Amino acid sequence: MDRPFGLLAELTYACPLHCPYCSNPLNLGDYCDELTTQEWQRVLAEASELGVLQLHLSGGEPLQRRDLVEIVRSARGVGLYTNLITSGFGLSPRRAELLRAAGLDHVQISIQADEPTLADRIAGARSFERKKAAARLVKSLGWPLTVNVVLHRHNIDRVDRILDMAADLGADRIELANTQYYGWAWRNRDGLLPSRAQLECAEATVRARRGRLDGRIEIIYVVPDYYSRYPKPCMGGWGRRQLTVVPNGDVLPCPTAHALPLPRVSVREHPLAWIWERSPLFQRFRGTGWMPHPCRSCGRREIDFGGCRCQAFQLTGDAARTDPVCHLSPDHGLVAAAVRAANSDTQPARTPLTFRPHPDRPVKG
Amino acid sequence: MPSTMPMPIDSDAGRPRLAPHVRLTFDPARQRYVLLTPETVTVLNDTGAAILELCDGERTVAGILTELHARYDRVVDDEVRLFLTDLLAKRRVEVSDG
Repeated sequence: MDRPFGLLAELTYACPLHCPYCSNPLNLGDYCDELTTQEWQRVLAEASELGVLQLHLSGGEPLQRRDLVEIVRSARGVGLYTNLITSGFGLSPRRAELLRAAGLDHVQISIQADEPTLADRIAGARSFERKKAAARLVKSLGWPLTVNVVLHRHNIDRVDRILDMAADLGADRIELANTQYYGWAWRNRDGLLPSRAQLECAEATVRARRGRLDGRIEIIYVVPDYYSRYPKPCMGGWGRRQLTVVPNGDVLPCPTAHALPLPRVSVREHPLAWIWERSPLFQRFRGTGWMPHPCRSCGRREIDFGGCRCQAFQLTGDAARTDPVCHLSPDHGLVAAAVRAANSDTQPARTPLTFRPHPDRPVKG
Repeated sequence: MPSTMPMPIDSDAGRPRLAPHVRLTFDPARQRYVLLTPETVTVLNDTGAAILELCDGERTVAGILTELHARYDRVVDDEVRLFLTDLLAKRRVEVSDG
């Protein structure tokens, strides 16, 4: 069995922003009994022993955890590469210096657009200027910075200006990530899915800018799977390279797998190694033995691993089916219909979006 | 795509170092050296690790080759240059001139 390389630690689902493309679960209130500092420290030590090398600290907004500095220090203590995935909200100069001293390796700040009106509208909060200040703070402390912009129908036409902004902020890398439709993004899919013309235009811009910005800023472009012929190799295969621990200690092979009708498993009840190696949840879709047709006989079965189990479940009600994104899937019509709607003249451009709320939770740490 | 074309290490006078977001570390679980970035893990063989440990931003490529020859019997200079060129294209390594 492979050892996991990466651990996504979703420390809390508390977040000052309300982005409608958020992939957090809809039942945010069920995750308020958050792991304590000591519990996270135990998880990090167990993860390192299991072979995890990278720790992605995310949420929600991880800066909402008061013990974030302590968690980073513990992670570095057991040798993990630490990556903070943040909105930038709550990154004061003092906090940033403490995180730097604790050994935080890398910071990724999400920004919603290149200008305040649109960015703040998407975030559901006044945040644009504070995010830019946080990005500058990160660079002033000598940290490598990745700017992440989630792309959708409402900002994808601005990729050129978004790249200008990232370069202006001194970002080392910019990740242009097309929305993946889970959690709140799934609820808002029809209002977020861009048209084919929008995508083609954005991709042409990315190609042109890659040539011009070469050597100065790395552009990472995350493809929109609804427009792909083949599905994404979700998490590099179920229970193969990555695992996620969510705020209440549940462990998942992928951050959106809580939606699947599978037995839950928690670090509060089992050691992480047992969960990875033995738990029914992690074994359920590991390898290729579970695969249905057409995956079972497909030459790409070890490339995309049948695609995303959560997407299969969402679209068909059966997590063990081929990801309907694949053009070979018998259910591909479900994706094709959504794409058709996004490209029809009658598609209401102003489909109302549901903004994710802020979960009430006791403060930990 | 233009950006993935390897930029050659055009001079042995260049001084390679790891890019700021990259960390070279020994992984006790796998008993191998690994190169870490925010989203990637590159598992290295011993030679790769030895080359990268010498990439300190002060040694030149020529200096690194000399050091490797002193340590190992069989070092193919062009293979070392190719290894660094590939990591440069992947932005794991940066080079300052002269």
